[in-house]
Amino acid sequence: MLQIKNLQAWIGDKPILKGIDLTVTAGEVHAVMGPNGSGKSTLASVLAGREGYDVTGGEALYNDSNLLDLAPEERAREGVFLAFQYPVEIPGVNSAYFLRSAVNAVRKHRGVEELDAMNFLKAVKSKMGELGLGEDFLKRPVNAGFSGGEKKRNEILQMTMLDPRLAILDETDSGLDIDALRIVADGVNRLRRDDNAQIVITHYQRLLDYIVPDFVHVLHDGRIIKSGDKSLAIELEERGYDWLIKKAA
Amino acid sequence: MSQAGTTTSALTPMEAFVAVEQNGMPQMPLRKAGLARFSDSGYPTLKDEDWRFTNVGPLTELPFRPILSESVQAIEQEQLDDVTFGQLDADRLVFVDGHFNASLSQIAEQSSGVTVSNLAGVQTEPNSVSAGDADPFIALNEAFFTDGAVIQIDDSQRLAKPVHLLFVTTASEEGEAAHIRNCIVTGANAQGTVIESHLSLGEAATVTNVVTESHIGDGANIEHIKFQDQSAKAFHLASLHSELGHDARYAFHSIALGARLSRNNLRMRLTQPGIECVLNGLYMLRGQQLADHHMIVEHAAPHCDSHEYFNGILDDQSRGVFHGRILVQPGSQKTDAKQTNKNLLLSDDATVNTKPQLEIYADDVKCTHGATVGEMDDDAVFYLRARGLDTATARRMLLHGFAGEIVERIRHDAVREELDRLVWNRLEALRKSD
Repeated sequence: MLQIKNLQAWIGDKPILKGIDLTVTAGEVHAVMGPNGSGKSTLASVLAGREGYDVTGGEALYNDSNLLDLAPEERAREGVFLAFQYPVEIPGVNSAYFLRSAVNAVRKHRGVEELDAMNFLKAVKSKMGELGLGEDFLKRPVNAGFSGGEKKRNEILQMTMLDPRLAILDETDSGLDIDALRIVADGVNRLRRDDNAQIVITHYQRLLDYIVPDFVHVLHDGRIIKSGDKSLAIELEERGYDWLIKKAA
Repeated sequence: MSQAGTTTSALTPMEAFVAVEQNGMPQMPLRKAGLARFSDSGYPTLKDEDWRFTNVGPLTELPFRPILSESVQAIEQEQLDDVTFGQLDADRLVFVDGHFNASLSQIAEQSSGVTVSNLAGVQTEPNSVSAGDADPFIALNEAFFTDGAVIQIDDSQRLAKPVHLLFVTTASEEGEAAHIRNCIVTGANAQGTVIESHLSLGEAATVTNVVTESHIGDGANIEHIKFQDQSAKAFHLASLHSELGHDARYAFHSIALGARLSRNNLRMRLTQPGIECVLNGLYMLRGQQLADHHMIVEHAAPHCDSHEYFNGILDDQSRGVFHGRILVQPGSQKTDAKQTNKNLLLSDDATVNTKPQLEIYADDVKCTHGATVGEMDDDAVFYLRARGLDTATARRMLLHGFAGEIVERIRHDAVREELDRLVWNRLEALRKSD
């Protein structure tokens, strides 16, 4: 589904990603862990197409097309979803209107009939219940004045409605209490199928108790310095990152 | 385009005033006083503190041509069918170049205690609002006004339907000026919605100079929507002077989309306790347009709330001017005054001058103000694109949301919905700059 080969990216005159190799196959969950500043969020941003990053080398093949050549909206329509670490507040834009526009942009691209207001509401309300979001949520402006937990649940709601092939969750666990974490993790787990994949970026092992990964990668200084299965995450929890970083040096 | 009726082509206001005297127009003392004051003051210049950012020079260079009698060539009903709010279910008073047009108007018989009429049709005399306001355009208005709307609502009465005051300019000679005078007077606990719209049917550099007084009674609840969508060469000058009774609720919305230069003076006096006054405005400008909102909200009684919300979207070389003075007089405790002015610049050449001014002489008050001038939020654009929306749609959605913060405060459903659609359509015309 996704093949990242020797991906290098700079912000301004500073190299951040220094050669990432990562292959994600449908049905898999990959965790990308690492200390602050290792390049985790840059990787997520580059894959989603955020401006401000210069890709200086390597490539990312997504279902055989070159992901990095696509505009952000084209990536989204092709099934790439980034759950933002810091979801943006958009005052004045009604959540229902925004989400229906997004869902229909993706459906149109996939050649599926667009949802009218009624069918959209029916679909979204059942998902909102699962995520513990009240009815008033749809009337509120997107993320405006939301608590940290509400914003993250909103990301998961959008993900659920857009039904991506490849979901990238950028520190979705940060700032969540344990109940919210469980709700968010349940939302991700409900989405797991043989024909999609998730990349879970996190600083802490905690989230991986709930979203159990097939692979764990440790990012440090713009490179993946170690890959393993879920036991690697547990080892990191016990020993921290330093032993790996020393070993890599 | 229809030819306006008798217009003076005199060079000065003094010479033009001869026609006012010859026409035997009512209210001569008021008119003469207005002319005298204008003779003293002349037009404002950039040296006047209240006009620092708004240059009326191009207006002063136009020939001085007040339109003192009705247009000889009537406009047809069809020309008004498609205008904004033209289909709104309302009692409609149509004024053409400052003159009431009965055949284009539709006013159902009002219940007793409600008067909806034109000024010339009732024996109401406008007050001089110039005692407390030396604005030269008010002085000109007092000298040359021809007509305007009168809405009177007695105690505990309500308007059965919104009243739509439709002011159209058909004049085709530059400098032709309609001086309009409106009065809204309500008793205690009166209710109603008033829509005031100003449109042009021509392209000429005409002038609209409107003065509106509103006297809102105790406990009354009035919503007033002013919609200005005149041609890109027009000059639009407006003053609203409001006196509010205790526990009155008054919401005034100013939607300024048209005119080369528009100025709205808003003078709100809160002299009784318990008033809730909302001034809510949106300006969307392009080309060389300038929109100026200049307000003074005076808190002269305790326990009053005043909230001002003004958002501007500015493209090309347009300019937005916002002056918001909140004056809290001694003894006006528990005042809650909020003021925000937010501006989005879509072009490097657009300008905003925003000047909040708080003067507080009471110690137990809550007063806040905030002004922002910025470009479109790239993070927000990316967020929407990352959900599958193309750049143009994302930008338009954000602008619509920004304008929507203002539009959504309009309580009258049909008016709000029509404006919301109009804003959405207009945003397509604004350039999709990156």
